[in-house]
Amino acid sequence: MAKARVLIRPKEGILDPQGKAVERALPALGFEGVEHVRVGRMVELEAEDPARLPELCEKLLANPLIEDFEIESIDGG
Amino acid sequence: MVWGVLQFPGSCDERDALHACGLTGEARLIWHEERDLGGVDAIVVPGGFSYGDYLRAGAIARFSPAMEAVAEFAAAGGPVLGICNGFQVLCEADLLPGALLLNENLRFVCRQVDLIDAEGGRLSIPAKHGEGRYWVPEKMLDAIEANGQIAFRYAPGQNPNGSARDIAGVRNEAGNVLGLMPHPEHAVDAMTGSTDGLQVFEAVAGSLV
Repeated sequence: MAKARVLIRPKEGILDPQGKAVERALPALGFEGVEHVRVGRMVELEAEDPARLPELCEKLLANPLIEDFEIESIDGG
Repeated sequence: MVWGVLQFPGSCDERDALHACGLTGEARLIWHEERDLGGVDAIVVPGGFSYGDYLRAGAIARFSPAMEAVAEFAAAGGPVLGICNGFQVLCEADLLPGALLLNENLRFVCRQVDLIDAEGGRLSIPAKHGEGRYWVPEKMLDAIEANGQIAFRYAPGQNPNGSARDIAGVRNEAGNVLGLMPHPEHAVDAMTGSTDGLQVFEAVAGSLV
């Protein structure tokens, strides 16, 4: 089985209110100077056939209309 | 006419949908595992939180056997009405253009809203959702507007979620698939304040005549 990590994030240009809320909360906690916060999702999985992962991501894990995804192999980490 | 109302694990508005459909015909529930729609004339994909809204709202429901059958039914011209989570399911299934994102203010909205339909008529219908911000790329937005695919807009000043161009509901290009975030099935009895929702069911039923 091949271990992989899929990172899914809102596409550039799409308003990400979660990211904005986090960004606005940071100064109150003393973390100044942090901007462009975007909140996405991370999925870890083990696949028999990693060649099929891009298709799997496009069909289910991400919605390609609104989200970008990246597949990272974490084998032999 | 006979309506079929889908039911997924996590659906919660199928009973009201069944009641609303029953006012314009017969209505029966269709469990998500059924591959056969049983010869119904129109389909409602109801509101709720199908499959717990895991991953993205509607993302998992679209792969159910019943939704595969609905995709074929829609391709053959059968009328399909998606309400709230049902709208999200239809978008995820590519039966409708666009996607529904988290409300701009991150709050779950639950209130009566006024909608303007494509003919300029005004309907008072409740909205209740956390992910109802309609979004499509700008180019597609122009295209669906030019094609007359925008079925409902929130009345000026009443957009509860930050939807692009105040869009509350859209149709597919052929016109037989309709989705909207507010809940017409909750507005079919004067006891709950409005019967305007009935018009939506009558319009779908009327499209069959």
